[in-house]
Amino acid sequence: DDKLLSEPLSHPDFFNVKELFSLKDLFDARVHLGHKKGCRHRFMEPYIFGCRLDQDIIDLDQTMQHLQLALNFTAHIAYRKGIILFISRRRQFCHLVESTARECGEYAHTRYWQGGLLTNAHIQFGSGVRLPDLIIFLSSLNNVFEPHVAIRDAAKMNIPTVGVVDTNCNPCLITYPVPGNDDSPTAMELYCKLFRMAIIRAKDKRRQSEVFDELR
Amino acid sequence: MAAAVGRVLRLGGRWSTAAGGPGAQTLRLIYTTTAVQRKNVGASGPEKYTEAFIKKQIEEFNLGKRHLANMMGEDPETFTQEDIDRAIAYLFPSGLFDKQARPMMKHPSEIFPEQTKIQWGEDGRPFHFLFYTGKQSYYSLMHETYEKLLSVQKYQDQMTAQDLPPQKEKRNLAGSRWLTKIELEEMLLEKLSDNDYLRFIQLLQKLMTLPCGDMEEKYIQKFTKEVPAQLQKVVIEPLKYDERGVAFSTGEGIRKTAKATATVYDNGTGKITVNGIDILHYFPVLQDREQLLFPFQFLDRVGKHDMICTVSGGGRSAQAGAIRLASAKALRSFVTEKEVEFMRQAGLLTTDPRVKERKKPGQEGARRKFTWKKR
Repeated sequence: DDKLLSEPLSHPDFFNVKELFSLKDLFDARVHLGHKKGCRHRFMEPYIFGCRLDQDIIDLDQTMQHLQLALNFTAHIAYRKGIILFISRRRQFCHLVESTARECGEYAHTRYWQGGLLTNAHIQFGSGVRLPDLIIFLSSLNNVFEPHVAIRDAAKMNIPTVGVVDTNCNPCLITYPVPGNDDSPTAMELYCKLFRMAIIRAKDKRRQSEVFDELR
Repeated sequence: MAAAVGRVLRLGGRWSTAAGGPGAQTLRLIYTTTAVQRKNVGASGPEKYTEAFIKKQIEEFNLGKRHLANMMGEDPETFTQEDIDRAIAYLFPSGLFDKQARPMMKHPSEIFPEQTKIQWGEDGRPFHFLFYTGKQSYYSLMHETYEKLLSVQKYQDQMTAQDLPPQKEKRNLAGSRWLTKIELEEMLLEKLSDNDYLRFIQLLQKLMTLPCGDMEEKYIQKFTKEVPAQLQKVVIEPLKYDERGVAFSTGEGIRKTAKATATVYDNGTGKITVNGIDILHYFPVLQDREQLLFPFQFLDRVGKHDMICTVSGGGRSAQAGAIRLASAKALRSFVTEKEVEFMRQAGLLTTDPRVKERKKPGQEGARRKFTWKKR
């Protein structure tokens, strides 16, 4: 049992998430497009490649590294049977995110965030509830262009976060930020596809390892 | 105030297992105060029951039912709930007033309310994928409805791509209404806000306005209710003929406490008999006789009909009013629909709802108060 859990940690890329995406895929999905110069957040400046006609372009090399780390982390969490919660407050992609979560067998929250969901969970849901072990933000702003409350709450409850941060977002409290576009439908579909594939891969691998253990 | 800041919790208190599986117990630093650690028993709401617990209760109930049947000397196979109730009332007689306080033996599904079931399995993972939103049934309903909308739009696009005309089906909009907020709450077993309900109805309306096919009708029908036609068409009875071949019809009338039945005969001379007595003798006052004749005068049939009526209760004026209503109702059968409408507008066919108002305590009469004395 211990071997089952410690073996993946010895490899840098046990689930081989690098092959799931390439630079060209990211470019075709328009992940590099950011907002205008006036919307730029100060802490996103390291991730920005440049500015063309007032529009910020995100550095895709950095995005590749961050995305690989994020997907690897997600896969490890899924391998260890953790609860993953997808959050996105974009109304356009609410249905997409919920369907992705349902297909993975994980959970989603694309609706109005009630104040005490994480911090007051034992009273809101009942005692003995299990909180999510990873929160994935497919868009880290809410409908009023402020950072989503769940980022702060997850930091309070010691829950690691993975988040797609656009040029107007604050990447501070997110453990694995992924600089990228969160407004285009193609970009969102790409992220959903990548996370879904990573999670399914990790779960399959876990099932296989358990079967091998039982056979021995 | 000793605030235990930065206390690292291991046993009890609030801590959640990380994704380390059953063996590894990682520590989570949670900032709490001693006051908060005391378990607030009432705040967590009613007790939640696991499915295994409910199953065990059902097994125990069935076993107990059979024991009870044996005790009462009856067949365990055909022992119904009524028999159980009777047996319990016989074996445990209780003089308590409240029926709910007496001993009862009912099926666990009636005793344990449906909604207080724990929503996650043994490993802690919730069953529903929208559990962490708080209102899982409502949001899953919205999700489903939106999915239907998308599929309908896709179907429409396919049809337009193939240049087929969109289906236009006439749906009966007048005979149905949407579920009310309370009915929807009962269906979902969750509290809704007014905004949520509105959003859902708007989504359904949007789905309905699209030229969608039969596939969505069944889904929409789950959220509609039939409105029964409230128009109670008053049936006017046809004329009856007695042995002499004369047409007649009957009517009933009420006024205050007086009840009257009137039989109006055709080919008459205008003779009116009340309780076997002629109206001149029964109603000496002119006003009452005028009331009786009003329907005939209105229809210009003063000398053409005979009337025999019976009346009881009330006073002089009330009996007159009751007979008037009864005769008007009887005359409906002799007359065209337009004239019936005229009679209705004249107020001849409406039962007068005015009755004696009750006397209230602290007052001398229904409205009259006691004399007000300044000192």
